[in-house]
Amino acid sequence: MDTIWSMLSDPNMQWIFLGCTLLGISSGVIGCFSYLRKQSLMGDTLAHAALPGICIAFMLTGVKSIGLFLIGAGLSGLIATFGIGYITRNSKLKQDAAMGIVLSGFFGLGIVLLTLIQHGDYGNQAGLDKFLFGQAASMIASDVITMTIVCGLLITVCTLLFKQFKIISFDPGFARGIGYPVAFLEQLLMLLIVVAVVAGIQAVGVVLVAALLITPAVSARYWTDRLGLMVVLSGLFGAASGAAGTWISASVSNLPTGPVTVLAATLLFGLSVLFGPTRGLLAKRLMRQRVKQRFIRESEPLVKGSVKKEAAL
Amino acid sequence: MSDFWILLTGSLVAACCGILGVFLVLRKMAMIGDAISHSVMPGIVIAFLLSGSRDSLLMMFAALLFGLLTTFLIQMFQQSGIQADASIGVVFTALFAIGVVLVSLYARQVHLDQDAILYGEIAYVHWNLWVLGGINMGPKAVWLLGFTLLVITTVIGLFYKQFKLCAFDTALAAAIGIPVAFFHYLLMGLVSMATVSSFESVGAILVVGMLIIPASTAYLLTDRLGVMIGLSVAAGIASTFLGYGAAVVLDASIAGCMVCAASFLFVAAFLFSPSQGIIVKKLRLRQLA
Repeated sequence: MDTIWSMLSDPNMQWIFLGCTLLGISSGVIGCFSYLRKQSLMGDTLAHAALPGICIAFMLTGVKSIGLFLIGAGLSGLIATFGIGYITRNSKLKQDAAMGIVLSGFFGLGIVLLTLIQHGDYGNQAGLDKFLFGQAASMIASDVITMTIVCGLLITVCTLLFKQFKIISFDPGFARGIGYPVAFLEQLLMLLIVVAVVAGIQAVGVVLVAALLITPAVSARYWTDRLGLMVVLSGLFGAASGAAGTWISASVSNLPTGPVTVLAATLLFGLSVLFGPTRGLLAKRLMRQRVKQRFIRESEPLVKGSVKKEAAL
Repeated sequence: MSDFWILLTGSLVAACCGILGVFLVLRKMAMIGDAISHSVMPGIVIAFLLSGSRDSLLMMFAALLFGLLTTFLIQMFQQSGIQADASIGVVFTALFAIGVVLVSLYARQVHLDQDAILYGEIAYVHWNLWVLGGINMGPKAVWLLGFTLLVITTVIGLFYKQFKLCAFDTALAAAIGIPVAFFHYLLMGLVSMATVSSFESVGAILVVGMLIIPASTAYLLTDRLGVMIGLSVAAGIASTFLGYGAAVVLDASIAGCMVCAASFLFVAAFLFSPSQGIIVKKLRLRQLA
């Protein structure tokens, strides 16, 4: 295993490293909002739904470019969100079943298209299956540049619209009351999730990219009750996991980036669960002990008093 | 002959998943089914690394263990204040990631590649035969799935009333003394079993399609639980046949085509169901107007 510094001296690696770190930041930031809006699994659904879009984009153009894939995946992600909404509104099926149907249906279609591409006479198709688990090392400079621009854009939009997103995350009714275009903002947030997922696919893979949205946000929630701080922490957690994932998977052969990134994020999550200042397991245990001791201290004179009374009787 | 075995395997998968899927959809736990189908992966890989064979009972047992572990972890995080869907997301991505890392680290030593786990190899089912005392007993996968189906039908048949009550009114079930938590874990154990015995034929990810889509199709067609289970199994088997036909014509992934066929049936039910269908509802509105 190389040291991190020797790896960072390779200019190609620097780009990939930067891309994955930025990706971690932006999906961590957006994940916070989708966590608070109770839509964590939407990212998972959108990621799976992106697969047919990517395949169709490749079949139509025959080029493996991340920009085209972004468009294809974005479109099929939008169709998927629309489908989920339509099924939930127009039948007795609940959202979880609708998500399950759309997720597996689209993914099944994606697998069919993927095998059609592999069996058909499309040149240059090698590496398309890397999209399932991600291979950061296979990215070329132009991919990384696209990804960097996209992530920068996501972070900028989130910063500019922070107040609006905050209100629709906590109290959409109030947001509507003071005249915000709530439906538009919700759609915009969904679009940002789609973009974050699609940008992450090449690095982390279709199957696990949702974890980048969910896990850092949940971990950050353990440390704070303030949205601003939570967003920053979640971004940091995401960045750390993205960086660790790229580094480890690039130095061990045959290891896809996605799972390693997810495991790094999960490690941070585990630490948060244990050591979070008020919600963590350790803090809770300490708190319980303190309360118990105080109770014993305070009830001691009462017990003594009652013993004395009994003795007097 | 290979066609027969593939269709039989697919139908058994559809039957196992169809029965359990009904309860998942009714209890609004479709995504937990998704989570379990991903998170039994490390169990499968570890059992495979330990035993070196692909069809041991050990594999079943390990997957069961990981399925229950998933259920337990999701429950635990939920009780400690994380939202339900977020705790599902955290748990299954972590376990699935462990599974994929194990596969990629040991991929050279063992004959277990990511593709097989992801989309299954139903086309090769009839090559993996079970030979007992020199007599060819047919494909191993069929026996494994048959055993799973037997366990599922026995358990559901014995505790049908309890499962029914838990599916529709958990509070009432708890109030009259049914051990709701036990039945929750029992159901999740069965889902893990179904997943691991199907993973070889349809793959870990598409199992969820066979769990949820036929059950949802059935849910749109009826209001009775018994009928719904029957319809769900029927929809699953129909999609196996349709899917296999399509896969032969298109020369594409069989498992993928099966899930696409299931989605196609779902869309048909969504549009034309006699009580729920969009088009039927529209026509009725027009008649009233």
